Amino acid sequence: MDVKLLGVLLSLLLTVSVHASPNIEHWQTENGAKVYFVPAPELAMVDITVAFDAGAARDGKQSGLALLTNAMLNEGAGGLDTDQIAIAFEDVGAQFGNSSQRDMAVVSLRTLTEKEAFTPALAMFTKVLSKPDFPENSFERIKKQMLIGLQAEKQSPSALASRAFYSNVYGEHSYASMPAGNEDSVSTLTLASLKAFYQQYYVAKNAVIVLVGAVTIKEAKRIAEQLSSGLVAGDSAQALTPVTAVSQEKTIIIEHPSSQTHIVMGQVGMNRGDKDYFALYVGNHILGGSGLVSQLSNEVREKRGLSYSVYSYFRPMRELGPYQFGLQTRNDQAEEALNVMKNTLKVFTEKGPTETELVAAKQNITGGFALRLDSNSKIAGYLAMIGFYGLPLDYLDTFKSKVNAITIEQIKDAYSRRVKADKMITVLVGGKAE
Amino acid sequence: MLTKFKRIIGLLLVVPVIATANVSEYQLDNGLKLIVKEDHRAPVVVSQVWYKVGSSYEHNGITGISHVLEHMMFKGTENLGPNEFSQIIAANGGRENAFTGRDYTAYFQTLEKDRLEVSFRLEAERMRKLVIDEAELLKEREVVAEERRMRTEDNPHALVREAFNATAFVNSPYHHPVIGWMSDINHYEATDLRQWYQKWYAPNNATVVIVGDVEPEAVYNLAKKYFGPLKPETTAQLKPQTEVEQRGKRTIEVQAPAELPYMMMGWKVPVVNTVDKEQSWEPYALEMLAGILDGGQSARFSRELVRGDEVAASVGAGYGLFSRLADMFLVVGTPAKGNSIAELQLAVMGQIEKLQTELVSEEELHRIKAQVVANAVYERDSVFYQAMQIGMLETIGLDWKLTDQYVANVQAVTAEQVQAVAKKYFKDKGLTVAELIPMPLDSKRPVASAGARHGR
Repeated sequence: MDVKLLGVLLSLLLTVSVHASPNIEHWQTENGAKVYFVPAPELAMVDITVAFDAGAARDGKQSGLALLTNAMLNEGAGGLDTDQIAIAFEDVGAQFGNSSQRDMAVVSLRTLTEKEAFTPALAMFTKVLSKPDFPENSFERIKKQMLIGLQAEKQSPSALASRAFYSNVYGEHSYASMPAGNEDSVSTLTLASLKAFYQQYYVAKNAVIVLVGAVTIKEAKRIAEQLSSGLVAGDSAQALTPVTAVSQEKTIIIEHPSSQTHIVMGQVGMNRGDKDYFALYVGNHILGGSGLVSQLSNEVREKRGLSYSVYSYFRPMRELGPYQFGLQTRNDQAEEALNVMKNTLKVFTEKGPTETELVAAKQNITGGFALRLDSNSKIAGYLAMIGFYGLPLDYLDTFKSKVNAITIEQIKDAYSRRVKADKMITVLVGGKAE
Repeated sequence: MLTKFKRIIGLLLVVPVIATANVSEYQLDNGLKLIVKEDHRAPVVVSQVWYKVGSSYEHNGITGISHVLEHMMFKGTENLGPNEFSQIIAANGGRENAFTGRDYTAYFQTLEKDRLEVSFRLEAERMRKLVIDEAELLKEREVVAEERRMRTEDNPHALVREAFNATAFVNSPYHHPVIGWMSDINHYEATDLRQWYQKWYAPNNATVVIVGDVEPEAVYNLAKKYFGPLKPETTAQLKPQTEVEQRGKRTIEVQAPAELPYMMMGWKVPVVNTVDKEQSWEPYALEMLAGILDGGQSARFSRELVRGDEVAASVGAGYGLFSRLADMFLVVGTPAKGNSIAELQLAVMGQIEKLQTELVSEEELHRIKAQVVANAVYERDSVFYQAMQIGMLETIGLDWKLTDQYVANVQAVTAEQVQAVAKKYFKDKGLTVAELIPMPLDSKRPVASAGARHGR
C-alpha cells in the first residue's frame, strides 16, 4: 500500500496548482487602530471584526473579568438598553457577536451591505464598541449566568480536564486560569473593575480592525475611521510575562462518575511567529494533527479501536501556548490508551517522521491551502490573526513554500529541543474500571 | 414606528432571491442524480455523496447500523486497503468525512477544484465495491461504542434527549437514536452490514452534489466516467411507519449525574414532507413561530424569560421543517438560579398561550423576515453549507429548489397563521415533557443512569 500511495504522491508533485492569496490592504486609523482589509465583492455582505488585546491574560487576580467586560458591551450603550440594541441589529438582519479568550477579546458584526441595513447596523456597532453603559441589572444577571456555566463545567469530564490541564501547565502564569473564571473570582467582580478594564484595554492603539466584504477601500477607510474615532487612543497593552516550561512530570487524577476516562496530556508549546513554527506544525500534523491519517489516530483508533477521537495540536499564542494531546476511552482501557499515546510521541521524538510521511503531510497542507481561504469568514479569521500577532503581511503568500522547505532533520531537531516526552502534564478525568 | 416599517419592507424587497440559474441537474442512466452549483469565489470544490438511508430506515435490534456502516466505508474496498481512502484524499490536500442522520448518510470531500476526479474515482469505488472485513468490524464496533459513551452515556443532556425521543415517538423510527442503542452496537455481525450495504448503496439511491469553482458539463462527464458504469439495485420500499396519534401528555424523568436541572418539551407537528397540501403554509408558520420565540437576542425567550423575568438561565426553541417524517417542535432549557423546572415550564407555557391568544406584532414578523433574508445571503459564504442544503432536501424526498422558495414562503407568513398553528398544535394532548433529575457527581454512578457496560 505504501508503494502505491507513494506513486500517487509523486505524480501529484508535478501537478500542484498555484493560487494567489488575497491581497491584504493594511493601514492605521488616525488614533492608532491597525486595519486589515480584503475586498470580497461577490456577496452583498461584509464581516467586521475588532480584536482587542483584552483577553483573560489581562485578568490579573480577577479571573473572569475580561470575559464579563466583553459580554457587557451590548447590554447597554449610549443610553439604549439590551432590547433596543438587539432590535437595532436584528431589524436589519445584522449579526452581532462577542467573545473573549486568553489573548483576544473580539467584537464582530456581519451585515448586508445594502444601505438600509448597513448604515443602522454600523451605527449601532460603533455605539456598542465606544459607548457601553455597563448597566447594573445586566451585570448581576450575566454574573449569575457565568456561575451557572461554571456549575455546568462540573458535569463535563472534558471541561474538568481542560481546566486542570491549564492550571498545571501554567502554574503562576496568567494563562493558568480559564477565561470563564472560577466561582470565587466571578462572585467578587465589580462594575467598577469592569469599567476600568474597558477604559484601559478597549482603546484604539490596542485594537485590530478587520474588514472583509463587498466594500471599496475608500468605504473601508471610512468605516474603520468611524469605528476607531469613538475609542480613546490609549496605549497598546503591556507585554505579558514570558511562560516558563514545565520542569516536572505530573499526573492529576480527577474522579468522575463517567463511563469513559478523558485524558489530556501536554506541556508548554509555542507562540505565534515562533522560529520553530513550521517544523513543529508539520511535525505535529504527522503525529496527531491530520485527523484520521495521523500516527496517533492510526495507533489508537485504527489499530486498536481504543478511542473515537484522538488528537494533538499546538495552540500558538502571544506567549507560549500549550501543546496538547487528548483522547477518551472506556475506564478500564485508560492506562493502555495512555501508554499507546505516550509511546507514539516517544517514538516520534526519537525517530521523526519517514520521508513518505513528510511528503504526504506537505501534500495535504499545501495541496489544500486554498480551502483555508475559501470564505469571507475564514479570510477574516486569518486577518485577525495576522494583525493581532503582528505576523508579516505576506504570511499567507509564503506559507506553502515554508511548509515545503521543512526537512526531517528540522522536525527532529525542533522536537528534541522543544518537546519533552518525559515531562508531560497528564490529566485523567473518569471513573474506576468495573 | 411607521417609517421604520417602511424601511424594513423596502429592505425585504430589494434583497434578490437567490438565483437558481447557476444550478445544473443531471441524471445518469443508472439512476444516479447529479446536482452542480457553480460558485466561483475560490478555486475549491465540495463533493458530497448522499444516500437515502439513515437511522429512520432501521428497525429494533439493528439500530445504528447506518452509522456503523458509514464508519466501515473507510475500511477498505476491493481495490483500497483500510483507511487508504482517507490517505489518498489527504495526499490530495483534501478534507473529508461523513455524517449520518435520521434520514440520510452523506460522505464529503473538499478539494482544490482540479482534484474533483480523485473524489469521484474513490466514491464510485466504495459505492459498489465495499469489503466488510470481520476483524475491522470488531474494532470499529469498539470505536462506535466509545463514540456513544462520549456523546451520550456521559452527557446528561444527551441521555435526556434519547429518553425523550423514545417516549414521544411510539412507532415512528424517530424513536431510536441515530448512533443506536449500546446493546445493538455490540452485536452487529458482518452479514448485517453486508446486507444493509447491498440494500441501500447503489447509484439509483444516491445524489451527488457538487458546489464550487467548476464547469457543470465537465463535472457531468466526469460523473458519467466514474459513476456511469455502476449497476443499479432494487432498493426496498419503506413502510410508512406513521406515528400513532398521541392521546395525552407524557412526562418522564431521567436521573443522571449532573449539577444543573434541564428540561425538554416537545409538541407533535407536521413538516413540509407530511403536511396536507391545503395547509402547506403551516411548517413555515411554525418556523416563524420558532423565530418569534428564539430568533435572536431580541426574540421573546431572550427578552422575557432570560432577561425580563430572569426565570431561565438558557432557553431555546427548535423546529426543523425539513425531515422525512413528522417531527416535534422543541423547547429546551435550564432554569435560572433560584428557579425551578416547574417555574420555567410555567413561563414557557405562558409564552405559548400568548401566541395562541394575541396576534404577534407586525414589527416582530418583519424582524424575523429580515433575518431570514439576510441569512440567505450569509449562507452563501460557505460552499459546504450550500451543498448540504441541496443534498439534504433531495435525500428526504423534496426538491432542492425549495432552498430558494424558502425565503418567499417565510415572507408570506401572516400573524393570523402564526396564531393558527399555535392554537392547533400546542395542546397538551400532543406534548411530551422530560426532566433531568441531577444525581450527585461525587458518589457512585446511580443504577438508574443507563450506563451500559460491555466487557468483551
